[in-house]
Amino acid sequence: MTWQPSASMDALKARARLNRLIRDFFAQRDVLEVETPLLCRSTATDPHLRSFAVPAGRETLYLQTSPEFCMKRLLAAGSGPIYQLCKAFRFEESGRLHNPEFTLLEWYRPGWTLDQLVDEVEALVLHAAAAFGVDMAPFPRFTYQQVFEKTLGIDPHTVADSALLACANRHINGDFAGLDRNGLLDLLMSHLVEPNLPGSGAFVLEFPASQAALAQKKQTKSGAWVAERAELYLGGMEIANGYQELVDATEQRARFDADLAYRQQHGLEALPVPDALLQALEAGLPASAGVALGVDRLLMALQKVERLEASLGFASAHI
Amino acid sequence: MAQYSTNEFRPGLKVILDGDPCSIVENEMVKPGKGQAFNRVRLRNLKTGKIWEKTFKSGESLEGADIEDRDMQYLYHDGEFYHFMDPKTFEQMGADDTAVGDAYKWLKEEDVCMLTLWNGAPLYVTPPNFVELEIVETDPGLRGDTATGGTKPATLTTGAVVKVPLFVNQGDKVRVDTRTGDYVSRA
Repeated sequence: MTWQPSASMDALKARARLNRLIRDFFAQRDVLEVETPLLCRSTATDPHLRSFAVPAGRETLYLQTSPEFCMKRLLAAGSGPIYQLCKAFRFEESGRLHNPEFTLLEWYRPGWTLDQLVDEVEALVLHAAAAFGVDMAPFPRFTYQQVFEKTLGIDPHTVADSALLACANRHINGDFAGLDRNGLLDLLMSHLVEPNLPGSGAFVLEFPASQAALAQKKQTKSGAWVAERAELYLGGMEIANGYQELVDATEQRARFDADLAYRQQHGLEALPVPDALLQALEAGLPASAGVALGVDRLLMALQKVERLEASLGFASAHI
Repeated sequence: MAQYSTNEFRPGLKVILDGDPCSIVENEMVKPGKGQAFNRVRLRNLKTGKIWEKTFKSGESLEGADIEDRDMQYLYHDGEFYHFMDPKTFEQMGADDTAVGDAYKWLKEEDVCMLTLWNGAPLYVTPPNFVELEIVETDPGLRGDTATGGTKPATLTTGAVVKVPLFVNQGDKVRVDTRTGDYVSRA
């Protein structure tokens, strides 16, 4: 290990500049900057996210995988549009594009549709690109179904699990028989579909309903149920993930229960039900669109570097 | 041997995959923000030298391979085995053609090579980076041609053929880079 930082001084200056640009962007649009706790009594229940658990006397607190729960409680309390630039933590995530501690920009727009928010994500990224002298154009928008059909000839909403497994076995070396449907979709998306998205950036919309997380679901014209969820990919990286936020407390409770049951069945860590968020939803969360954007990865794209650690002052190998 | 989980896969870690010992070359985590994490791993099969690519679910594990590198002195070839000796313990060991592979071209008695052992048996042999060997056959040199210029093939005592400058003669000892097979100088 070395005492020296993993990023160059130029990269640190670029980060400071990007933070300022983000704050100016939202100040001009009357979006309020907020701060919420990084340590909370509840955390994301997603089976594929693992939070750092921190012993605190008789209770356990969790470092937040995103500031979503507290920011939604602010929305329910009448905050209006809000944004936050903060650290987020995900256990065991480390690699070329991952670091256990990273910087998220998360913002919420009450009264907006996801389409409006996607426009705003695009406006922010293009504004940053222009400020950094990077050539970027508006990003094409595809549905999850379109990108699967284009790359693999598969309709991801109707295809049988067995056909997904056969497709994975044809193209990727590994033992995938134990994966469930979402696991197979994630495998094909990350290994085959994503690498075929335009390197200059693209939005993917309408994820399978089974991958809705905290997004609302809707039925498409062809009858498939999809999540109102949008992701921005840039240079082969996932940059931002946005939702038409689920505001129905009953549905939210059912999804938390399903996650916790899945965790129990698969021997994953048991977690508390996020009661405070559910109470906020019961009190009334305004219809909102929200998005989380990985600031470190956006910096990578703006600086054209290949490894996340080059945009982090001290990556996990340096702490 | 210990089991290693995907998050412990570092370049150089030796593991068993499909019964063969492998060295991890690269391990990239692939994880959609909300989805299943995978590790795309590139491994070098230490038996065949081939590179394999395999995708694991994060958290899967592989058995470690008992791989050891030992400096050993080359003694002689008995027609079937190449015999080596540990200069400290005097322990002797025979490596067959499969383990020696192309390294036979650079084996000179008393030179110290690196033997990579799997479960105590030779897996492959790495010769010293530079060896000095005698030329047993080459075309006669051109008198007075000591400058750079043309080259000609020369056969060494081990059977290896290297390109040497025209002024080098049969009976000369030459220094060769075993990693590239290139002539370096007269020894």
